[in-house]
Amino acid sequence: MTSADAGGKQLTAKDFSAGEARWCPGCGDHAILNNMRNLMPTLGIPRENFVVISGIGCSSRLPYYLDTYGMHSIHGRAPSIATGVSINRPDLSVWVVTGDGDALSIGGNHLIHALRRNVNLKILLFNNQIYGLTKGQFSPATKPGTITPSSPFGSLDHSFNPLALALGAEASFVARTVDTDRKHMMEILAAAAAHNGSALVEIRQNCPTFNHGERAVTADTSVPTPADGPIRLEAGSPILFGADSQWAVLRDAETGDLKLGRSTEKGVVVHNPRSTSPTYAYALARIADTEPELAPIGVYRAVERPSFDNQYQDRLADARAGGRGDLQDLLTGNDSWTVPARS
Amino acid sequence: MTTELEQPDPRVRRLKGVVIRFAGDSGDGMQLTGDRFGAQAAEAGNDVATLPDFPAEIRAPAGTVGGVSSYQLHVADHDITTPGDQPDVLVAMNPAALKATLKDLRPGGVLIVDSGAFNVRALEKAGYDSDPLTDGSLSNYILHAVDLTGLAVGATEGLGLKRKDAARTKNMFALGLVSWMFNQPIESTVAYLEKRFAKKPPEILAGNLASLRAGVDYGDTTEAFAVSYEVKPAPLPPGTYRHMRGNRAIAFGLVAAAHQAGMPLFLGAYPITPATDVLHELSKLISHDVRSYQAEDEIAAIGAAIGGAFAGMLAVTVTSGPGMALKSEAIGLAISLELPLVIVNVQRGGPSTGLPTKTEQSDLLQSLYGRHGEAPLPVLAAQSPADCFNAAFEAAQIALERRTPVILLSDSYIANGSEPWKVPDVSELPDLGIEFATEPNGVGKDGKPAFHPYKRDPRTLARPLAIPGTPGLEHRIGGLEKADGSGEISHDADNHDLMVRTRQNKVDGIEVPPLEVDDPSGPPGFGSKLLVIGWGSTYGPIGAACRLVRQQGLAIAQAHLRYLNPLPANLASILAAYDTVLVPEMNLGQLGGLLRMHCQIEPVGYTQTRGLPFRAVELAAVFTRLVNDLEDGAAALSTEDIKAIGGTGKVGRSELGSEKNK
Ligand SMILES: Cc1ncc(C[n+]2csc(CCOP(=O)(O)OP(=O)(O)O)c2C)c(N)n1
Ligand code: SF4
Ligand SMILES: [Mg+2]
Repeated sequence: MTSADAGGKQLTAKDFSAGEARWCPGCGDHAILNNMRNLMPTLGIPRENFVVISGIGCSSRLPYYLDTYGMHSIHGRAPSIATGVSINRPDLSVWVVTGDGDALSIGGNHLIHALRRNVNLKILLFNNQIYGLTKGQFSPATKPGTITPSSPFGSLDHSFNPLALALGAEASFVARTVDTDRKHMMEILAAAAAHNGSALVEIRQNCPTFNHGERAVTADTSVPTPADGPIRLEAGSPILFGADSQWAVLRDAETGDLKLGRSTEKGVVVHNPRSTSPTYAYALARIADTEPELAPIGVYRAVERPSFDNQYQDRLADARAGGRGDLQDLLTGNDSWTVPARS
Repeated sequence: MTTELEQPDPRVRRLKGVVIRFAGDSGDGMQLTGDRFGAQAAEAGNDVATLPDFPAEIRAPAGTVGGVSSYQLHVADHDITTPGDQPDVLVAMNPAALKATLKDLRPGGVLIVDSGAFNVRALEKAGYDSDPLTDGSLSNYILHAVDLTGLAVGATEGLGLKRKDAARTKNMFALGLVSWMFNQPIESTVAYLEKRFAKKPPEILAGNLASLRAGVDYGDTTEAFAVSYEVKPAPLPPGTYRHMRGNRAIAFGLVAAAHQAGMPLFLGAYPITPATDVLHELSKLISHDVRSYQAEDEIAAIGAAIGGAFAGMLAVTVTSGPGMALKSEAIGLAISLELPLVIVNVQRGGPSTGLPTKTEQSDLLQSLYGRHGEAPLPVLAAQSPADCFNAAFEAAQIALERRTPVILLSDSYIANGSEPWKVPDVSELPDLGIEFATEPNGVGKDGKPAFHPYKRDPRTLARPLAIPGTPGLEHRIGGLEKADGSGEISHDADNHDLMVRTRQNKVDGIEVPPLEVDDPSGPPGFGSKLLVIGWGSTYGPIGAACRLVRQQGLAIAQAHLRYLNPLPANLASILAAYDTVLVPEMNLGQLGGLLRMHCQIEPVGYTQTRGLPFRAVELAAVFTRLVNDLEDGAAALSTEDIKAIGGTGKVGRSELGSEKNK
């Protein structure tokens, strides 16, 4: 289904474009914006019903460049503001745009609670593993030991795995994609849009200005290397990867743990994002989490769980089944008394 | 007790008014007891003002002075404004309650104690060396030592209650007895208990009702209680009345505003004493299209409210001091976005956790200035429990009309206190409806019609609001500075200066009613030389004190501020007409400092932060002294003078921004 304007004209990416993006040349955010502009007209949602709310960061500038309703808010709080929009207005399609610092550091609390409640938000977490806007300090998603202006001797912090965090908060839809793979991102964003409830999509995003992504080079061919990645997840298919599908995600027969190995070995895992237990998705999220180039992309988990919005609106509808309560009755109550006019 | 009137029946004495305090352990149900007594009195047509006082802990150690919970009521046949200074009647449910509250009882007052609770261990816990019931130390009072616990247990015998539960009905026995003493019908309490205990095992209700009735019978048949008292209905203006607490009045005021605006009410909140009851009240009102949302913290609570406002709701957030601090960044955003939002701060003792269950007025300057950047917003304060309704309604009205966050200040004293409230006639409430934009109001860079979110109404400077879902008006707003008119991001220096000034002008331009002075001796400059001015919950005590002063034949003027920002236009000229301006405040002189800054006068402060409201007699003593000094030509009251006349506050220049800090 596509979106049309009042006159029935099909909308295109151009209709969703506002202003000229001001990110650094080569920044992954350009690709994401472009994909959003192309995706939105295909979702069958009237343009005026999109609301995009962001926090603060390079990534959070995105709403300014989309011709929808939008708000560039304050650092970390976008999920809370978006919650206030979404639960009150089930007719709207509410998106959150956030960065790894915005979502995982200052806004960590709001992120987990939005996911826990299953508010009907599409949360796009642009993960460049750095604080871009403030010029390159380490973020909660930065690999330990990374040298940045605020960690000249290497960062000490253990890093968050955003997907593991989201799964821990029992998010009903968790996925990862990368800025460099347009087709994949469009598929994942469309799946997120179709999901009823919170959808968290981590978008691995390149920041050529501050995150140079020095890569460890290994000559060892007995284990998968970043060049074999990313691992692509397809529901119902065995998880194979590498140029010749020579690698696979395996389940260890003894421990039940997931591991990487040769596709010829026993125990190749068939991907099932609908598994009711989050344990499987959690194990997947951890499997190559120190190797961003290798780490699986795709939908990790997509399960049905009643959305907060639906339940909230159902309550309201039930309570007002006989019409809105009478204000005078409320104010007067049943414990009032009358002082008569004196004659 | 206050003056007795002519006495037609020798066994029923008529009083103009009485102050009663119920005191007991936190687990003794004193809040319920006091609340019911107040409701009964209100239904009987008395004017009632109440003052609950409870410890910060849910259950402080039982039997200790620190765990005493009390509830004071002032019941009168005339218009009163405070819960009274000194109880005439004190009901003490255990030694600790007696120890904690006896000092307040008027000499010669009536003292009812539960003798059943006066055992050696309880006396020790309360810190008594000897039993006050027998050692003669209570000889100044009319003492009724009644085994309330034992009688309650006796009254509930055979109903199948466990001994512990039977003993717990002693508060109802006490309520029955005191209701008898004051000739109050208990029917409404019976109905209340039936509802409250509907879901409990039936013997609980039966036991409470049995004790309540036994208390009434006990008064009727016991010789010790030879006389009872009667307080006639107060001559309130005609109308329908209800016993109303401040926090509920705020909830009702907001619901009424949403109704009058034709909008749903959306509340984002996180529990915090003493604001929580507003959340509780609003959560019940779902059938009135009240959408309440308990967020994960105060930041998320205001965040959700901002989202709700953007989406077209009448949005509200309620909190107390620490929560206000957390919200301050988001308030800045709401100011920048120019969205309607009501922020209620029910103040308590601070800083930090401070005195969470006690009252204070120390967030005034936080409300006015506690933000980053030039971030003006309207601030108003409620002055009494019933007034909370109007104050909340007005706050919403300004927020909607001017598209701005508004801070409404209340405090623990009026939040939990109650008084008769004249139920408004809904058909007489003003219409607060606003129009959302439906058409473009400008032209975009591409030459096509566009929506310009910052193209203001020239009179009010309010910006147009277009809510999501409105075709053709898609637009972005944000915390970055916006170009005047179009609302596009702008880093232009002149534009920022213009926007900063425009936001200030928008708030400054709000028309607030002129300040009125209450002075029977004449208008400003022609009557009293002393003006007492306050804001918020000090209205009642200041008013009561002024009446006491006038009863002595002295002249005194009173004025009270509803609007703290913007201030009434006639404020400076009024203040200039008096020799001395006295500002009693439950802080260190925040309004005093503000008046000095805005009106170039040198007010005298009278301040205390003791967690309790001012006592009217204390204020009256201070006022009287000042009036007399002014007559003698020298008003120089020192803190020593204050002590000498029984005052507990500090007198002098506002301690904020004074000479010594320059
Ligand atoms: C309350 C607050 N603290 C700090 C900042 C400064 N700040 C702006 S963006 C940012 C980090 C953004 O990092 P991220 O979310 O990863 O976004 P990116 O720029 O990398 O896209 C910080 C610390 C701020 N704007 N507000
Ligand atoms: S600093 Fe990095 S994230 Fe920010 S715009 Fe430049 S490339 Fe993109
Ligand atoms: Mg980042």
